[in-house]
Amino acid sequence: MKVLRAGDTALLVETGDVATAHRLNAALRAAAIPGVVDVVPGEQTVLVVTDPATGPAVDLDRLAARLPGLALPADAEDDTAPVEIPVVYDGEDLDEVAELTGLSRDEVVHRHASASYTVAYLGFSPGFGYLTGLDPALHVARRESPRTAVPAGSVAIAGPYAAVYPSRSPGGWRLLGRSDLPLWDVTRDPPSLLRAGTRVRFVPEESP
Amino acid sequence: MIEVVRPGPLATVQDLGRPGHAHLGVPRSGAADERSSRLANRLVGNREDAAVVEFTLGGAALRFHARAWVAVTGGPVPVRVDGRAHGTNAPCFVPAGALVELGTPSSGLRSYLAVRGGLTVDEVLGSRSTDLLSGLGPSPLAAGDRLPVGPSDGLDDITVDVAPACTFPDAPVLRILPGPRDDWFSDDALATLTSTPYEVSADSNRVGVRLQGPPLTRARKGELSSEGMVTGSLQVPPSGLPIIFLADHPTTGGYPVVAVLASADVSIAAQLRPGQQIRFRL
Repeated sequence: MKVLRAGDTALLVETGDVATAHRLNAALRAAAIPGVVDVVPGEQTVLVVTDPATGPAVDLDRLAARLPGLALPADAEDDTAPVEIPVVYDGEDLDEVAELTGLSRDEVVHRHASASYTVAYLGFSPGFGYLTGLDPALHVARRESPRTAVPAGSVAIAGPYAAVYPSRSPGGWRLLGRSDLPLWDVTRDPPSLLRAGTRVRFVPEESP
Repeated sequence: MIEVVRPGPLATVQDLGRPGHAHLGVPRSGAADERSSRLANRLVGNREDAAVVEFTLGGAALRFHARAWVAVTGGPVPVRVDGRAHGTNAPCFVPAGALVELGTPSSGLRSYLAVRGGLTVDEVLGSRSTDLLSGLGPSPLAAGDRLPVGPSDGLDDITVDVAPACTFPDAPVLRILPGPRDDWFSDDALATLTSTPYEVSADSNRVGVRLQGPPLTRARKGELSSEGMVTGSLQVPPSGLPIIFLADHPTTGGYPVVAVLASADVSIAAQLRPGQQIRFRL
């Protein structure tokens, strides 16, 4: 574990892999260190943000020295049942993905729906989880020109990741289908259905 | 209640944002120049985290339907109450029915208007801030919008006549701390960054200040795996031209951060105008 400075208020911890990032994330949340306002897991990192203007001042040197010794939980992956996301597979890019991968439309859907996914981290927009576990045969580059508006609920893939757009936004991922399951709702606590470590499955639904 | 008559080029409601939600992809948001926003609130006896209006290049007019105390800070802007000039960085009484007009700031980019009692538009995730990246919080202000004002019971008395004005130099020097990804750049990158002026580009906004100048060259090929980003990060996309992340920056990013502004200098960066020259120093 390597601890880097991110300015004078934050530390970026390199964990080397996503599982350790999730374990460190869980340990830091449980520790609730005074003065730490945000703990942000990345693909192989955890960012620890303090805010001296609002909370107690934090000695970053001491915190940096303490982090590698923090007891990590054995496994931070969610042990509850996976979140099941119902999908109507009628996405605009389904034919294109079939062409790019050399698979049939049905085979693309089958492979997407039969994998088990884990949320690596969230970013891009509120509630947008980057899901690992996508079948390598479905790794396709994002579109050359992003769409200016992708509808909320769009089920999409790009590179090694799968995702569901939690709200309408611009986006360059390839759209395979859509889901009615609300991933993001500011009136709910927590507002995001997904968090780092959540396990996910996609369940095909017939088009209504 | 305050009615927006003219919002100017861009006016939003801001407080100190939504810390604590970054792991869900929610930007911190909040006043871009936090120092000026806090000062405006202190001047009218509010808590520093009360919601204010953030104006961009002034040009605004507000109708006050009830009497109020206000203070304007940040980019020094001519303030008129029913046509009569008032200073900035000072509490100012506004009679019921009065029109408060903001001209164009002589320097800086963003001006803040606090009203005693604070603006009490609905909170989203514990904050009233408009987040222009993710669309959380109220929409940018438009003519006809009505802004509720909270009660002033229990607030501190107004005790200051005028606060020392911040200065916004023509060519500010911003302090940086190297890293976390300075090792992704060639050895001369920090020397380039700290020896040549950069110019603020016109496509800057609350997400980031885009810069024109000598590009920084990468020492490593390949892609950085996405990681959390702090406000004040100098993120370097493939163009080699750094972007200074401001309040509405994305929570994670895949381009390396060569250096981060000293946190005390983020408020200065938030006041940079397109065309302005800046320098960095270690």
